[in-house]
Amino acid sequence: MEDASSTSGGFALGRDRGPSLAVWRWLAGGAVIVLAAALPFALSKYEVFELTLVMIYAIAVLGLNILTGYNGQISLGHGGFFAAGAYTAAILMHRYGIPYWATLPAAALICFVLGVLFGLPALRFEGPYLALVTLAMAVAMPQLLKYFEGWTGGQQGLNLTKPSAPAFLAIDRDRWLYFVVLVVLVAAMRIAANILNGRSGRAFVAIRDHPIAAAAMGIHTARYKTLAFGTSTLFTGVAGALAAIVIGYVAPESFGLFLSLSFLVGSAVGGIATIGGAIIGGAFIEYIPNLANDISDAAPWAVYGAAMLLLMYAMPNGVVGTVVPYVSRTLRRIGPLKAAFAGNGFAANDED
Amino acid sequence: MAPILTLNGVKAFYGQSEVLHGIDVAVEEGGMTVLLGANGAGKTTALRAICGVVRSDGEIMFAGKPLHGRSTEEIAALGIAHVPEGRGTFVGLTVEENLRLGAYTRRGRPDAGMGRMYGYFPILAERRRQQAGALSGGEQQMLAIARALMMAPRLLVLDEPSFGLAPRIVEDIFVIIERIRREERVSVLLVEQNAALALELSDHAYLIETGYVVASGTAKQLADDPQIRRSYLG
Amino acid sequence: MHEFLQQVFSGFSTGAIYASLALALVMIYRSTELVNFAQGEMAMFSTYIAWTLVSAGLPFWLAFLATLTISFIGGMAIERIVIRPVENAPVLAAVVVTIGLLLIFNSVAGWIYSYTVQDFPSPFHDRPLLGALMTTRDLGVIAVTLVMLVLLFCFFRFTTTGLAMRAAAQNPASARLCGIPVGRMLAIGWGLAAAIGAIAGIMVAPVLFLDPNMMGGVLLYAFAGALLGGIASPIGAVVGGLIVGVTENLVGTYLIASQLKLTVALILIIIVLVVRPNGLFGTATVRRV
Repeated sequence: MEDASSTSGGFALGRDRGPSLAVWRWLAGGAVIVLAAALPFALSKYEVFELTLVMIYAIAVLGLNILTGYNGQISLGHGGFFAAGAYTAAILMHRYGIPYWATLPAAALICFVLGVLFGLPALRFEGPYLALVTLAMAVAMPQLLKYFEGWTGGQQGLNLTKPSAPAFLAIDRDRWLYFVVLVVLVAAMRIAANILNGRSGRAFVAIRDHPIAAAAMGIHTARYKTLAFGTSTLFTGVAGALAAIVIGYVAPESFGLFLSLSFLVGSAVGGIATIGGAIIGGAFIEYIPNLANDISDAAPWAVYGAAMLLLMYAMPNGVVGTVVPYVSRTLRRIGPLKAAFAGNGFAANDED
Repeated sequence: MAPILTLNGVKAFYGQSEVLHGIDVAVEEGGMTVLLGANGAGKTTALRAICGVVRSDGEIMFAGKPLHGRSTEEIAALGIAHVPEGRGTFVGLTVEENLRLGAYTRRGRPDAGMGRMYGYFPILAERRRQQAGALSGGEQQMLAIARALMMAPRLLVLDEPSFGLAPRIVEDIFVIIERIRREERVSVLLVEQNAALALELSDHAYLIETGYVVASGTAKQLADDPQIRRSYLG
Repeated sequence: MHEFLQQVFSGFSTGAIYASLALALVMIYRSTELVNFAQGEMAMFSTYIAWTLVSAGLPFWLAFLATLTISFIGGMAIERIVIRPVENAPVLAAVVVTIGLLLIFNSVAGWIYSYTVQDFPSPFHDRPLLGALMTTRDLGVIAVTLVMLVLLFCFFRFTTTGLAMRAAAQNPASARLCGIPVGRMLAIGWGLAAAIGAIAGIMVAPVLFLDPNMMGGVLLYAFAGALLGGIASPIGAVVGGLIVGVTENLVGTYLIASQLKLTVALILIIIVLVVRPNGLFGTATVRRV
């Protein structure tokens, strides 16, 4: 497993490269955000909608990364929490006429509580057993949604009115929602980075890597494991709420086991112990099935499956988990050279 | 007598780091050779290099055949039986099943060999239907040796057979090892912390420190070396 | 009472099918610590092979044996070609590979055979037995499962290869030192698992009807059964599979509307697991620190 902290920053390439690198990071981050803000005006409405979904999936995958990548617990049930978030938003908007933005904190709260409640029994489980418990969540959710028809609209689901942009902004709904989701994504990545680089994050990683030593050091394993679960489902739940708002429709069938598996795949493809990997994971989930459809009409999912296989063979630690360590190794190798050119490093510096 | 096993300039690696820096060792046919040295000196690594468990460089010849490029199971099939550190018994299987596995490479009926092993280690016959995990440490060591011998090997490689055992049991085991060496006509390569005992039984000895062979000779020569006496025989 | 017993017996028959697939999962888990999510789809594909052979006019039991052979070889090939590259990769990478495999089998089956539901012939007539307590079909399924279990037991207990497979699963490093080709043992394990899965598929197809999504639910129940018994215990898998089959039937009959059957069954299993986190037959695993 790659060193988690070295790949945790969204655009981080290496730590401790002096202040100039920090500046570069801010500049790079700013450039990416400016680019992301300009992008919708260069693309068609549908392409903007697709990108919005990519970012939503990225938030969901980010949630899963916190749990799987940083805390070592595999969940097959995050589709269920995504559904919980989506239905929270949908029911609040549909039945109570609550504005869409106000449903996000509600979905966050409900999914955090659900996650903590789920994390409690899950404390006793590991590996495949935890997988089963979370799998139950994924399998049960669509059934429950159909069963409690009065609230959820049953099989038909709920139709929502897509919110439009505030009047002073002359942009259409899809572009407006793109920006809403972009802001949430950037905030989610910031928050995730803060959590993971802080006290809780170190505790998560310690529990993942050395559970017994962590307990011996006085880390309250149970509390942090449940906290990791709750934080993780909070992110995924917010992503679900965004999905309901952006798509304008929720139905039980969209939240099956396949969605949970997709999140897991997205997480593995991007790199489980990374923050930036979530975006690549989101893009994989959104784009590759369509691409597969273009390649083979007859068996698109076979193409999608094959893509998963090939990616895992080539990059078993995911795209970011493989590329970032490689780049920072290369940078380190170049480092002494640069120092030499700057005239302050002729001393023996060939560490490799 | 010609050596059955020779190591020429053997280096061994864990990942990127080199642990053995080119050692030369020879094991005489029918003899007992011991590798001595402190913890972490590279003795176990040398044994692992022979059996193809770790990546290594240099020349390793066994009975005239190079071992490089062969897998661990192929090396075993050539006639090298390795009793690893920690004994490596299959704790979930019965004593008898462990012995049957020892004879895996021979593909014949293992019964004859098993009878001989029960002769050396009568306690194993008593426990043959028990799970190996239920055996005491000494019994497990006996089982590990017996399992290795079931292979009818030409070379028996033992990694610290005395580890974690009471002194009395250690002596019993070494007496049996010596008897087996004579009766089974098998060469023995031994790694041992208990230098006094090992030197007493061996013909040749090598002293390994931080990945280099720093002294070698007959067991008697090393036993008489004042510096070795001070450091290892106390 | 009569109806209750009827439900129990028919539960045993579905349970036997879950038990078979659970056993296949356990077999792979024991040697690689990997849950093969593609096990169900592999079984589905095997069932299509059997269907093709029967449709071509082969007698049922001949087609059955031929399918087992093909599945065995196919399973070995999958281990060598698809799984081997991620043998030493992080667990999640291996999990994703089995998910990819699941999609490939499902999609390819849909492509070759279409997603239309097909009738699958049953080798057993559906006649009532013991005063309608059970049917000949139930009995047939249970009998086939029993024969398979006895054969597997003998294979693992009495043959050298079976013993070597157990050794390789338990302690691969030591097994290599004994001269056991561990890689080949893994491949045989996948082959056996595929063949066992094929039996489960062929037995369940007459009830569920054959289509590419046939095994999805079965895999879930089998997974639950395997965990209930203890994921590393073959006996546990069989007992767990049977319990899940009976529970599912009883829950569906007495407790709740059938659309929540799966949910309730899973919750019941989780409650049992909270009490016994390593399954009914599992022992606490030693943690590597």
